[in-house]
Amino acid sequence: MFRPCFVFKIFRKGERMKELWNEILFVFGDGRHELMINGFLNTLKITAGALVLGIVIGILVAAVRSSFDKNRESMKKRGGIGYWVLSIINAVCKVYLTVIRGTPVVVQLMIMYFVVFVSAKDGVPVAIVAFGINSGAYVAEIFRAGIMSIDNGQFEAGRSLGFNYVQTMRYIIIPQMFKAVLPTLCNEFIALIKETSVAGYVGVMDLTKSGNVVAGRTFEYFIPLFTVAIIYLVIVMALTSLVGRLERRLRKSER
Amino acid sequence: MNDNALITVTDLKKHYNGGTVKALDGINCRIKKGEKVVIIGPSGSGKSTLLRSLNLLEIPTSGSIVFDGEEITSKKANINKHRQKMGMVFQHFNLFPNMNIIRNMTLAPTKILGKNKDEADAKAIELLTRVGLADRAEAYPQQLSGGQKQRIAIVRALCMEPDVMLFDEPTSALDPEMVGEVLDVMKSLAMQGMTMVVVTHEMGFAKEVADRVIFMDEGVIVEEGTPYEIFNNPQSDRLKSFLSKVLV
Repeated sequence: MFRPCFVFKIFRKGERMKELWNEILFVFGDGRHELMINGFLNTLKITAGALVLGIVIGILVAAVRSSFDKNRESMKKRGGIGYWVLSIINAVCKVYLTVIRGTPVVVQLMIMYFVVFVSAKDGVPVAIVAFGINSGAYVAEIFRAGIMSIDNGQFEAGRSLGFNYVQTMRYIIIPQMFKAVLPTLCNEFIALIKETSVAGYVGVMDLTKSGNVVAGRTFEYFIPLFTVAIIYLVIVMALTSLVGRLERRLRKSER
Repeated sequence: MNDNALITVTDLKKHYNGGTVKALDGINCRIKKGEKVVIIGPSGSGKSTLLRSLNLLEIPTSGSIVFDGEEITSKKANINKHRQKMGMVFQHFNLFPNMNIIRNMTLAPTKILGKNKDEADAKAIELLTRVGLADRAEAYPQQLSGGQKQRIAIVRALCMEPDVMLFDEPTSALDPEMVGEVLDVMKSLAMQGMTMVVVTHEMGFAKEVADRVIFMDEGVIVEEGTPYEIFNNPQSDRLKSFLSKVLV
């Protein structure tokens, strides 16, 4: 069954298409397609979970970092415990960003699975936590950059109308920030989807691992691996077009 | 002595870089209810800093500001409450680009004052009509000219029904032919008795509208008086040389 020249053969003649189809039926037969579907669903679960967790962490960290930068002077002047609390939280956030962005995600994943959650039976939630924490660091910096990119005059206009800091952020800065960072955020999500492919390192049956297992069982690598690649590509393309549509809709509101 | 003073500024200082740069160096002034005060001076003289200190967009290094009987520079003061009563107009308009005009104007009244949408909309339309822009209510800031944007910015501040309006060089970023329409709105506002503090380079406006003109240089008030005193009978050399440069 192992045919290294298969990839060239299939395009040679139309009649080979039938051969390819038989090949596909063989590779995913015997219940192996369920393995792939399960892997696909696990990848979606990990990605979606990590996405949500990453955005939540990202918003919180970006809020702390940017409000500390913005209010440092005035809070110090006013004194009180608030300044110290905020600067401690800010320091924690900085350490988080440095450590998470400074180490490989696969190492973080293995630490999560083999050290932090040693007793975990199911690897999927662990992977969600690991990838979510990892993504959160990048999303936080994207949001912070977005907040900084908004003209300070917008902030002053909000405050001069009587909005407090949080209201100004919520009603005026964040909506504009979100629009500005959408393309960058989309980029991060694409990276996240593909990064989850290392989940197999801790025994999670994600899409990549499933493809690999199918390949190992059938000794047929071409079809399983290309199937895996195509599924990732389709997920990413779907996400890209979704974000593109959202972007156009947000832009339209201005013209 | 403070019975009719809306804003009283006492020995206000704003220092940067640990005191090496003194943007404001001991300002004392009182602004009465209904008074129109125009602040003039060369760039870097601290006039914008003073104006922005009045609603604490700049945090003063020392000194006090009393607004409507309450010291807003004290730690206990709720500055958000006071800012609702101090409308501010910026050089660069600072309209919210992601909202249409009516939303720009009703955001603060609905979210802060808790007005319902219809009530806020009606007020906004009434103000828009007054500045001749009622037909642009659904437009977005990008679609407007500079002069239109600044008129919107003025009525947006008015939607909060402030006690005083602060203008920070409202015409400096405008094309020359649009300066007039903005000044006209400001003049009519002055005629309705609004308390106004205006930082501007429009000497004509200062002469026509101001009850009092303040001339600042290097962080201090060098001279103040009626427009006639300031423009026709300047005392200090600095004011004389400033006027010789701006009044051609």
